[in-house]
Amino acid sequence: MTSQALRRLTWRLVAVAATLFGVALLVFVMLRAIPGDQITASLGTEAAALTPGQQAALREYYGIDQPLVAQFFSWLGELVQGNLGWSVRSRTSVASLTMSALPVTLELALLSILVALAIGIPVGMLAAAAPNTWRDGLGQLVALLGLSVPAFLLASFLLTYAASGVGFNPNGQPYAVPWDSVSALGLNLQQMLLPALTLGFGIAAPIARTTRTAVLSVRDEDFVRTARAKGVGERRLRRRHVLRNALLPVTTMTGLQLGYLLGGAVVVEQIFSLPGIGRQVLLGIQQKDYAVVQSTVLVIALAFVLVNIVTDLAYRVVDPRVRAS
Amino acid sequence: MTHDAPALSITDLHIGFRSRRGLSTAVRGVSFDIARGETLALVGESGSGKSTTAAAVNRLLPDTAEISEGSIVVAGRDVAALAPRELQALRGAGIGLVPQDPMTNLNPVMRIGDQIAEAFEVHDVATGSQAHDRAVQLLEAVGIPDAATRARQYPHEFSGGMRQRVLIAMGLACKPALLIADEPTSALDVTVQRRVLDLLADLTDEMGTAVLLITHDLTLAAERADRVAVMQAGEIVEIGTAHDVMHAPQHDYTRRLLAAIPGTTATPRDQPASSGTESSGTGSSGAAATPLVEVRDLVKVYGGGTKAYAAVDGVSLTIPAGRTVSVVGESGSGKSTVANMLLGLVEPTSGTVLVDGQPVAGGRRALKAVRRRIQPVFQNPYASLDPRFTVGRSVAEPMGVHGIGDKASRRARVAELLEQVALPADVADRHPHQLSGGQRQRVAIARALSLEPDLVVLDEAVSALDVLVQQQILELLARLQSELGLAYLFISHDLAVVRMISDEVHVMQQGRIVESGSPEALFSSPQEDYTQELLSAIPRGA
Repeated sequence: MTSQALRRLTWRLVAVAATLFGVALLVFVMLRAIPGDQITASLGTEAAALTPGQQAALREYYGIDQPLVAQFFSWLGELVQGNLGWSVRSRTSVASLTMSALPVTLELALLSILVALAIGIPVGMLAAAAPNTWRDGLGQLVALLGLSVPAFLLASFLLTYAASGVGFNPNGQPYAVPWDSVSALGLNLQQMLLPALTLGFGIAAPIARTTRTAVLSVRDEDFVRTARAKGVGERRLRRRHVLRNALLPVTTMTGLQLGYLLGGAVVVEQIFSLPGIGRQVLLGIQQKDYAVVQSTVLVIALAFVLVNIVTDLAYRVVDPRVRAS
Repeated sequence: MTHDAPALSITDLHIGFRSRRGLSTAVRGVSFDIARGETLALVGESGSGKSTTAAAVNRLLPDTAEISEGSIVVAGRDVAALAPRELQALRGAGIGLVPQDPMTNLNPVMRIGDQIAEAFEVHDVATGSQAHDRAVQLLEAVGIPDAATRARQYPHEFSGGMRQRVLIAMGLACKPALLIADEPTSALDVTVQRRVLDLLADLTDEMGTAVLLITHDLTLAAERADRVAVMQAGEIVEIGTAHDVMHAPQHDYTRRLLAAIPGTTATPRDQPASSGTESSGTGSSGAAATPLVEVRDLVKVYGGGTKAYAAVDGVSLTIPAGRTVSVVGESGSGKSTVANMLLGLVEPTSGTVLVDGQPVAGGRRALKAVRRRIQPVFQNPYASLDPRFTVGRSVAEPMGVHGIGDKASRRARVAELLEQVALPADVADRHPHQLSGGQRQRVAIARALSLEPDLVVLDEAVSALDVLVQQQILELLARLQSELGLAYLFISHDLAVVRMISDEVHVMQQGRIVESGSPEALFSSPQEDYTQELLSAIPRGA
């Protein structure tokens, strides 16, 4: 590795650390800006009936008797040692909660991206093939729908229609862990189908638009004309020259969307009862389970950063020019 | 098809472009033949229809273009009547193309070898590893060293000249009977241009390929072609042997083109720009005192560690008031970096710039004061004006930046400046896209003059212009120099232009000045090998 590459890597790591610290600080402050604490969250109005002694004991139990700065740094200190904290509500470690929630979100995110690419790229290419015609208009309309139909609406529609119309309701059953057995894997994939379609449809929109724009601009490039002059047929031209180059911006867009998906699609996970990371955060907020929210958000931020790095690496694979510099 | 059938026969070709305002004709009634193995050059300025004619031959016209009349017969078949599949078979195999710009004509994400091999594959000449081996052989034939390794590389790992060699290899891969070479070297440096054209000539001679050479450069056309056809406004105004067209032009337009070629008719220093005795009298006394600008040991190093390289490596020169000093060299020689350091756009690694004998201090205020006295005009008139600004706003902007005058006085000054560069006053309300390249460059000059500078840095300021327009701009610059007493730093790769307008010339190579002198001395008896090579690479016609 050259010294320049080493320096770039170092800077990158510094930037990652700074980002994560910022996220940690923000989520810590925001969580405490919400009125109420763990005591009111677990006891409700009954919290008023506690004696001062009980109050103090509970505050000490939850660790909120310390000053905020001390709380922040003791949490951070634990984190650095790999300890994500303890969920007071479910009485397990945040790490083990995350270990079971993260794969659910990861699977959903990847499947959604596959759906999005499978819809978005063909729609974008179709639209670009004949710009400003009815086909283009149709493609644009699909993209507009994908952007503007809210996920909760599409999710509710798919769920009710599939259940009442064709009796397909795998999400009514408890979540199946895919590596338990072959039949569990089957059920798991069925459970993932509708949520992946919901999310995929939404993400297909920006991917289709990016594809359309990229194909249209690459189509007019000089090298496409030169390839045509060489005797290359239209199909081969589209596949080997136009699409290969148009995929560069699509890669960036895909990486960006994957990052967001890893943050957990809270609404969709909730509607389809998937115990993913988004639901874990939502539950944590509702229950004022500080450690769960703080650490999970940080895990999400880390995942986002990692996806960005992976996207950059993927870019190196598709674009030889980046590889060189 | 008989043996003597021409490689290409165009008869009464008419091509129009559809637009909202109806059909505009770009090519009207063009007819010519190219015999087998012959090279015919189609010469004209931009917009003359030469490239449209060429694009019609392999039917690569834009969608808005339409062949309304005439026939194009290649290998006994009318191209205009071919079905898409037949056309596809003809392209590459029957008609090769070497396009203009080597930087944009190769697929950036496809290996060089694969791009050449593709020509064999689509015409079923060879496939797979066989096609790849032939691609490597072809790369060797066009003079790419270490071809087997190079075939696995991507276009960005090749220099411009190398890429053009690759494009030649691609155009000739399937040994077509006809090759269209559309401005094949206009994007290359003059010495590279010569080598690439030599290669093209060698290969087409060897294969007996007929060549349709498209160029704006009449001298180059005459040097390289058997016959020359001159196009103007969509018509061929003159066609004949290269020698006849150069030495006994029949049409007035051809004569004007010939007269506008720098260095052919104008002898050095007979232009007002460098008007002899008068300016040299005043100039030399002024120069002896303090030159307007002096550059001492200017160095610019890019990168660090082992990869550091000096773009400019110890350049010293002086620019006396009211004189033209030129820096010539090929791309990468560092000439533009020198200009940018003078303009304060690039910070020197070391060395000093003195204006009126005073070193230019660092800091924004000092820089601003210097910038007021040294103004630039850049190469590309299409990119150096803000497309959203009106011309008036662009010209007035420097005055606004430097807080000169109020709105009304600036408007009056804009009108005055436009008059100075011979543009009609109503241009002030237009946007750049409504102007021609030459008009835009006049606007850029007016903008540079708005601050009444002492020195104008002209970085390839006429290189992108057609020869007749180029002549007009050079005349304008000469007139402005004598009227306003301007000094010019003229950066160019075009030795003929430099010879015409300079008082002093510096030749740069790899960041250093290798030779300096008056244009007469430098051009008549160059001392350095590199200067000699540059000079011998200039096309001289038939």
